[in-house]
Amino acid sequence: MKKHVVASTAEIPPGARKLVTVAGRPIVIFNLDGNFFGLFNRCPHNGGSLADGIVTGLVRSTEPGTYTYCRRGEVVRCPWHGWEFDIRTGQSFCRPGDLKARQFNIEVADGRDIVEGPYVAETVSVRTEDNYIVVEV
Amino acid sequence: MTVVLTSAARQEAQPVISGVADCDIHPSVKSMADLHPWLSSKWIEHFKSYGSLRNQHYVTGAAYHKSQPNASRRDAYPPEGGPQASSLAFMKQQLLDSHGIALGILNPLVPSQGVRNLDHSAALCRAINHWQVECWTSKEARLRASIVVPYEDPEASAAEIRFWAGNASFVQVLMLSRTSFPTGNKRYWPIYDAAAEAGLPVGIHAFGNSGLPITSAGWPSYYMEDMVAHAQSSQAGLVSLVIEGVFERWPALKFVLIESGFSWAPSLIWRLDRNWRTLRSEVPHLKMSPGEYIRRNVWWTSQPIDEPENATHVSDIFDWLGWDRIMFSTDYPHWDFDDPARVLAFRTSAEKRQQFFRGNAHHVYGVAA
Repeated sequence: MKKHVVASTAEIPPGARKLVTVAGRPIVIFNLDGNFFGLFNRCPHNGGSLADGIVTGLVRSTEPGTYTYCRRGEVVRCPWHGWEFDIRTGQSFCRPGDLKARQFNIEVADGRDIVEGPYVAETVSVRTEDNYIVVEV
Repeated sequence: MTVVLTSAARQEAQPVISGVADCDIHPSVKSMADLHPWLSSKWIEHFKSYGSLRNQHYVTGAAYHKSQPNASRRDAYPPEGGPQASSLAFMKQQLLDSHGIALGILNPLVPSQGVRNLDHSAALCRAINHWQVECWTSKEARLRASIVVPYEDPEASAAEIRFWAGNASFVQVLMLSRTSFPTGNKRYWPIYDAAAEAGLPVGIHAFGNSGLPITSAGWPSYYMEDMVAHAQSSQAGLVSLVIEGVFERWPALKFVLIESGFSWAPSLIWRLDRNWRTLRSEVPHLKMSPGEYIRRNVWWTSQPIDEPENATHVSDIFDWLGWDRIMFSTDYPHWDFDDPARVLAFRTSAEKRQQFFRGNAHHVYGVAA
């Protein structure tokens, strides 16, 4: 496992996302209110690109005719078959028991630490005064 | 022993044979103005002033909202703009090249067949057929077209088929499953006569605007019910084709049931055959059992494939119906797209994959491999 620097935190403001390739793997990184989460960019159902899906919330119902909208902005819906995943955990809402979007560990690192290593910055030029998103692969 | 495949096993992509045939691709116009080169100014002005009213309750759009924009993948918008599948260049890149597709059958669902004004319907169908040749098949050798016919006007449909007969771009006559009368009804026979004369299969794709509720129990409330009801409409059409004697009258005419599932077909055949054994005096024009006609004259496309918990159940359906009967399709660019690398979630032989992904389509559509 290596730590790869993939973007500065400024590149992915809250509510935004970015598709990156790390060690040959497509990973989509989301910013939810300042917290970063990374999911493998292949839907575990049939391989659709989660980076191209809409970010939405969950409609829940306790009985017909009663609906609540919750988790606004915390759910990504695959652009192919509409499978929904919790951005925070990768958990599927369609088959919560046994299907998950693969998650990657994301951390935010200070530019000063990155320059010292041991990080791999493949395409990102690191400045000591900024913060960076680091993916462990 | 029954082996239940785990979700991990389901995800494992199997090797796809090279030269896949995709039997259901939906090219789109950028706008209806794309058809203007082949429409008279009368119909261009008519469309601008009055639109094209469909034969359904909700005349200005689809009866059920499609859950994704244009019922299509959000990752399928061409980079140069326009709706999904409106760019040949991007279709080549995202579909044909990426998935190793060597033969693609175009089934345009551009509003035309369900238009209530039958003369307008016929004019739009003619324009769409020109557009398929000029903008798609003449520019991409892997693609073949379907003759879109205004099927509620069978005489005009027959004329449309005869207009294009012999043009190698066209390998199929396209109808939709929700017709105003059951599909085997004698009023539609001019279409089948012309298709048989031209040596072209008749493809019946799910959807359509019949003017009737989409299920035999009325109008359901949800899009999901619309999706599931495609199997019902296709079953009703198939039963009608058999019982009315279409397959008896045109023994060599091939029918392809597109996008309405196939898991239901074995049980429908069993039920039809059981009833035929006791009620055959009602239909003395049938010389063989319904199952024998269906296994001779009918093929199915695979998408959207069923996904039972135990994936090998789908393999059983293939065995019951016959590996020579089912043809792979993606439904590109629609949101319920099937990927050839993942569509068969069970192990099977190279020979069966060859039939499913390639051989059956080349046989049915008469395209040299």
